[in-house]
Amino acid sequence: MIQFDHVSFQHAMSKSPVLHDLNLVIPEGDLTLVIGRTGSGKSTFLNLINGLVPHFTGGTLSGRVIVNGLDTRENPPRDLAGVVGTVGQNPRAGFTTDTVEDELAYTMESLGFTADVMRRRVEETLDLLGLAGLRNRSLDTLSGGEQQRVAIGAALTAGPKILVLDEPTSALDPTAAEEVLAAVSRLVHDLAITVVMAEHRLERVVEFADHVLRIDAWPATLEDPAEAMRDHGLQPPVVRLGQALGWQPLPLSVRSARRQAATLRLAHFDPPAARAGGERVATMQGAGVRFGGIEALRGVDVALRSGQITALMGRNGAGKSTLINLLAGAHRPDRGRVSVDGQDPCGLRGQDLLSRIAYVPQDPTDLFYTDSVAAECAATDRDTGQAPGSALGRLKSLVATVDDDVHPRDLSAGQQLALALAIQLASTPEVVLLDEPTRGLDYPGKVAFAQWLDTLARSGCSVLVATHDVEFVAVIGDRVIVMADGEVVTDADVRTALTSSPAFAPQVQKVLAPLPVLTVEEACAL
Amino acid sequence: MSTRWLHPGAWWLWALGLGAAATRTANPLLLGLIVGVVTLVVSARRPQAQWAGAFTVFVRLGLIVIVIRIVFAMLFGVRVGTDLLFTLPSATLPSWMAGVTFGGPVTVEMLVIAAIQGAQLATLLICVGAANSLASPVRLLKALPAGLYHVGVAAVVALSLAPRIMINVRRVMRARRLRGRSTRGLRAAAESAVPVLESSLDDAINLAAAMDTRGYGRMTAAQPAERALQAGLVLVGLTGIALGLFAALGAASWGWLLLVIGLLMATGGIVIAGRRVPRTRYRPDPWNWPETITAGSGILAALAVLAGSTGTISLPLTWPALPPLAVLAILLAAAPALTTPPPPLPWRTA
Repeated sequence: MIQFDHVSFQHAMSKSPVLHDLNLVIPEGDLTLVIGRTGSGKSTFLNLINGLVPHFTGGTLSGRVIVNGLDTRENPPRDLAGVVGTVGQNPRAGFTTDTVEDELAYTMESLGFTADVMRRRVEETLDLLGLAGLRNRSLDTLSGGEQQRVAIGAALTAGPKILVLDEPTSALDPTAAEEVLAAVSRLVHDLAITVVMAEHRLERVVEFADHVLRIDAWPATLEDPAEAMRDHGLQPPVVRLGQALGWQPLPLSVRSARRQAATLRLAHFDPPAARAGGERVATMQGAGVRFGGIEALRGVDVALRSGQITALMGRNGAGKSTLINLLAGAHRPDRGRVSVDGQDPCGLRGQDLLSRIAYVPQDPTDLFYTDSVAAECAATDRDTGQAPGSALGRLKSLVATVDDDVHPRDLSAGQQLALALAIQLASTPEVVLLDEPTRGLDYPGKVAFAQWLDTLARSGCSVLVATHDVEFVAVIGDRVIVMADGEVVTDADVRTALTSSPAFAPQVQKVLAPLPVLTVEEACAL
Repeated sequence: MSTRWLHPGAWWLWALGLGAAATRTANPLLLGLIVGVVTLVVSARRPQAQWAGAFTVFVRLGLIVIVIRIVFAMLFGVRVGTDLLFTLPSATLPSWMAGVTFGGPVTVEMLVIAAIQGAQLATLLICVGAANSLASPVRLLKALPAGLYHVGVAAVVALSLAPRIMINVRRVMRARRLRGRSTRGLRAAAESAVPVLESSLDDAINLAAAMDTRGYGRMTAAQPAERALQAGLVLVGLTGIALGLFAALGAASWGWLLLVIGLLMATGGIVIAGRRVPRTRYRPDPWNWPETITAGSGILAALAVLAGSTGTISLPLTWPALPPLAVLAILLAAAPALTTPPPPLPWRTA
């Protein structure tokens, strides 16, 4: 279906190729999962299939990519649109119309389908992806999972044989991710569509894959998922558990692991106590916020304690970012009170702010305004009155291998996060706020990041992390706050919170329930 | 009445009709009436969408225009009238600028004339703002002829980028404060320009890539001669329209002729271009009675005002009369507030 023949690709400004001498054939009707570390060329590989590389991005391509008999060198993306459907990382950024129905029809309009065919295909797609109830909705009013399904539907209506998905579940909460993956697996099984998908969150997708392509292995070939999972850098918790305990065959799904864990579940387990935390450094009492006609927060009470890591969870749009913004003083509550270290955070500026609150936004690049890592660190030292080299030293202690001259935007996601932390932790703040930090991090990146957070908490900081990543919370969290519809619905220690709801249970817990085990390390000690 | 989107062309014809009426009357009562009618219809039929906020922006713009017009009249205006209000210090300008006055006596007549002229322009702006907030830009795009489609998309994307840039500015400023840096002053603006532009550019590039993979810009091959003919027709035609409109609004009779010729040429060019775009339309907005009533009431108002008004202000100032025909026609233009179907709600299901 898709043939790569001696394909190498090099970006216009870079010194070395991203992809080197790729030779493989992706078979028809299968789901192929593309994995690899951040920056290893997963997106480049996907965009070779739809023609965006090299027609849109530029760069040097050698070899041939043949998609359904069409050479991508001679066919720009718009001419491949009928054969390849593409859904990018952020579906909202790619929407071209106002409403669900119009968005579904857009590709067909561009390709000149007749009115009756368009009408029929839109109806079929609405049913196929369970979107019929949303047909007239404005795209802005949809949740993240709904937007992703609309984007998949919009790519499907023109009847492509191939669907290319770039990180379809990375930005989604666990439930929305399940909806999307169920829809994708239905396309593969019922419509025999060839799906090529890149994803970091292997724990969610690996069980659906027919083949795994490790893009940074050499030579990169299609592998059986169980074989590929022997690579240590890529293992989701369930695979790590299986490997640590020597299970055969290696389990890829919770279901197959549960079968092999029957005896393990009988073991006795004394859950270690989570850090209780010290004094209350930040509090929120009855905080309410309205945006237009929508209540984003309805009377929220929260207290953050020193030396404790609190995870903030909940669906997209539940009010997590609003809560963080209140604590950071970026918003004033319409009612209620917020106080950080006894002060109203809205009134804090300059040093007073830095010595109390460190905040890393969803997109860390918002914080950067110079053109190199070294300049960014030097600016921080000047702002905070510290000796030259202090910020750079903090950065190197987090990631040793950062090139000082690189533009901050060209760093990998993990390095950007490290730089943001190095900048924001200059004045030993009391509260550290992080909004979706693990998006775009691979497993080794997450392990390193978890260690930084642990060090921070040990030094007495109160850390608040808003995240969808239950596996990450299972490793680092002391306490979990779950929000829904602008209210706090759970505020409990991590073990109680993650074992009480199937939506928020990590894989190890699903395998070993009813034992309240959260991590692979705990399971191995049984 | 069941909800549906009115054809965007109907709203634009209605608004441009009232706008044309505003440029042809110097009667402040009629201008006020037009603004009232437009505001009434907008408040009745404005949908809940981001772009629907355009009306308030245009109203503010209109008020600014009036103020600027009055200030300029006081400083540089021709000194007419007898009813002296006060005298500004005047400067003698060098001989090569003879004919331009600076400062001097300010009369009631000067201010009234300036305010009316400003109000004419402000009313036109408010009419355009009404069209912008009643008709969805995306639906207008769907109604455009295929030959104009690609240019239209560029315009709509540019329009939608402005609010996105504002969102990015707010985000970057928030991050700046959290780095402990000042968020005011020239330096803050200069330093945040880079991240704002970078993220806005990223947005635009993502959108362009998504549109490319969805078949936007697909065209059949064209002969160079055909392409040249099409481009020439559109360019000359559009120039003709612009000049013709200018002359016609200034009451020169040859303006209308030029306008018609320009329209024909541009249409020809667009039709030729449209043959190369294989686009079709999914469920286009229909043109039914509500559309005809809406567009018709706007055009009627324009014709009625054209027939009965001179568009000039005569001295000495008198209290303006109310021409019954024009008043009736403008009042009729409020009909769309009732006769059109309300727009769908954004969260309406099935």
